[in-house]
Amino acid sequence: MCMAIFRDMHSDPVEHDRSIEDRRRHKKLVEKAIKDNLADILSEESIIGESKNKKVKIPIRGLKEYQFIYGKNTKGVASGDGTEKRGDRIGSEKKQGMGQQGAGNQEGEEMYELEITIDDILDYLFEDLELPDMDRKKTSEILVESSKKRDGYQKYGIRPRLAKKKTVMEKIKRKQARKRALREMNLPVDIERFPFVEDDLRYFRIKKKFRRESNAAIICIMDISGSMDNTKKFMARSFFYILSRFIRKKYKNVQVAFVAHTTTAEEVNEYQFFHRVESGGTYISSGLNKALEIINTRFNPENWNVYAFYVSDGDNWSEDDERTIKSAKELCRVCNLFAYAEVMPNSYSMTIKGKLTKEIKDKNFIAVSVSHKNELWDGLKTMLKKKQKGGY
Amino acid sequence: MDYSIKELMYWNDKIEKIAKDFGLNFYEQEFEIVSYEEMLSYEAYIGMPSRYPHWSFGKAYERTKTLYRYNLTGLPYEMVINSNPCLAYLMKENTLLLQILTMAHIYAHNDFFKNNRLFKEGTNADYTIDMFKRHANLIREYIKDPSIGYDEVERVIDAAHALKLQVKRTIYNGKDEETQDSKYKLPEEDLLLFIIKYSDIEDYKKTIVEMIREEALYFIPQIETKIMNEGWASFWHYKILKELDLPQGLYLEFIKRHNDVVAPHLGGLNPYYVGYKIFEDLERRYGIKKIFEVRDVDRDSSFIRRYLTLELCQEMNLFEYVKRDSEYIIKEVSDDEGWKEIRDTLSNNCGMGLVPYIQVTDVERDRTLILEHIYDGRELLLEYAEATLKHLVELWGHPVILKTQFGGKEYRIYCDEKKSIKRGV
Repeated sequence: MCMAIFRDMHSDPVEHDRSIEDRRRHKKLVEKAIKDNLADILSEESIIGESKNKKVKIPIRGLKEYQFIYGKNTKGVASGDGTEKRGDRIGSEKKQGMGQQGAGNQEGEEMYELEITIDDILDYLFEDLELPDMDRKKTSEILVESSKKRDGYQKYGIRPRLAKKKTVMEKIKRKQARKRALREMNLPVDIERFPFVEDDLRYFRIKKKFRRESNAAIICIMDISGSMDNTKKFMARSFFYILSRFIRKKYKNVQVAFVAHTTTAEEVNEYQFFHRVESGGTYISSGLNKALEIINTRFNPENWNVYAFYVSDGDNWSEDDERTIKSAKELCRVCNLFAYAEVMPNSYSMTIKGKLTKEIKDKNFIAVSVSHKNELWDGLKTMLKKKQKGGY
Repeated sequence: MDYSIKELMYWNDKIEKIAKDFGLNFYEQEFEIVSYEEMLSYEAYIGMPSRYPHWSFGKAYERTKTLYRYNLTGLPYEMVINSNPCLAYLMKENTLLLQILTMAHIYAHNDFFKNNRLFKEGTNADYTIDMFKRHANLIREYIKDPSIGYDEVERVIDAAHALKLQVKRTIYNGKDEETQDSKYKLPEEDLLLFIIKYSDIEDYKKTIVEMIREEALYFIPQIETKIMNEGWASFWHYKILKELDLPQGLYLEFIKRHNDVVAPHLGGLNPYYVGYKIFEDLERRYGIKKIFEVRDVDRDSSFIRRYLTLELCQEMNLFEYVKRDSEYIIKEVSDDEGWKEIRDTLSNNCGMGLVPYIQVTDVERDRTLILEHIYDGRELLLEYAEATLKHLVELWGHPVILKTQFGGKEYRIYCDEKKSIKRGV
């Protein structure tokens, strides 16, 4: 006499999606991991000058399930076709046949890679940034892309744009349809549990809208003197690269000027700015004065919101310090924001940042130190925080 | 489904009878017929009807689903859990022959669960479902408790998961010994037990650690017998189906499916294949009685060490590889000189042999916990070791030091209360 019991779970018409909560939580952690990693990606040299549609692969950390495991330097056993000989090389990406669930060398499969365009990364990052203290200036205006306007719904989107009410409505619709179907099939209409499914989810569609904003001009000033070695120059360029991307993304009509200086300063075009190699001494004041000159001739602060960004290692020739402080003060007077990022300063001497912060008390002066490329993003964020000091 | 439950029952009756006549001795069997989606979910939760909520199950689901979508792995024929009665799932979308093959396969797993020493002594099949349900309920209560909440519970589960395989390795019946005095019992290989006994974290956290430890102990016999268990099940489904007088169409499908299941994975190791070959060889050489004895007492590492022969190594073309720089190099092949090393390497690299052996060796005056990795030539993956130590600090509440060897030298990783890592020789 046989004993086995058979249960056909399909006599129960209600879909059963028990994993939905755990999947949602997992997805949330993935998204968080992506965001946490974006800044790292931006500090990679390779993205400078790349087109915004270039795809980069982001390794997502934080989702690994860590345990004590062995490294890849261990040996193993596998089956072959009989032609193998001692000393043969069998490729570098060997799959560990014994990597079973819950044990062993499963490091490889824990790596997630997400393909994403640089543009997408910037989208995520720039969500919370804005050029601070934008005054309403008189004459001509620039158009600012404001993406706040919702316009209808769509089935796909990012989590922050989930339209909860609409999603619930979709679920109710589905439930009603199910009930109707059950009635038509003359089946009992009692649905105990009716969870959300992927198909119910609706997201707000965002319509790109342009808003009139005041005139804005950005002056990028970079120290390219001899003390700025390759690493520092790279950091300075990364900084300006992200900044210029940000400005172009958020503000459709911004004037940008580039200034490079050693002991003398020169206005250069964007290409030169990002590619030029120089050496020589350092008069920071030369760069700041050039910026002032540009502002005076082209961007009258009466009509323009002017933002000046300066990057240097802070290693100024001491006879120039006085002049630098004077010019910096003048910049603070004419600009909405004068921001200074000091990259990898030499620790043994007082840099210009120390002197400037001591002398300049204006609220629109911000100085940050960036001693490692990971800090680039934080530096930039400090400068461009939304609603800074009650600004607009 | 192009067949009825009646048909399944018809075949099941035959299979069950043949299995019994062969001498298989199993728990009462229950089959649930589930859809593809339900099967995915059951896989993520390792077949348990209820489990506590945790993102790692969501991740498991997404991974399995992705793998199936890209056809990197076939859908599971079988999903069976070690419980009494034995619970198994049959996927509705499978063909009739696949269901027949799966049922036969499941009866052999069922028999293995009921008779292998590790399962008999290390698990209690009568209470499997209850245990997982009890754990799930308790964790849900903690989550609902306003003084605890989801994030806290998640952090403790994350930490306990990281250490879940650092538990006792000897499997025996009965309770863990109780030490009443405050003296530490050292050295201790059961890190989770050590935390439960001596850590000063809140009681509910200890309860969570205890639950996860209990579940790990339930799974360890399966980790330890993957090759044997799958070999045993494949050996018997083949024998049983041969006896079934299948109509010719089904018979051809059976041969094809069976060959797929026990096919060698070139450059990898298919446990179904290796286990099947060894059992087949044992039966040929020593008769059927012998394989029942082996099924009772062995685990993968002893199974391989005792019964993997030169002839089998050669038949399966087994070779041993090592990693040098970024490349894999063949170190030994299955000839007179090489096969023993291949056998021993495989025996040491299966089951819990793949989990580094780490002991608590001391607790310092300031409660700093000293761990020692028993180095056997295999180095730890340091990134993982560091992150795991942070999880341990979460549960211990005080600094932790791990001693190991790396690059031929003594190596220490220190993780302080704030979870910052210092490493050095």
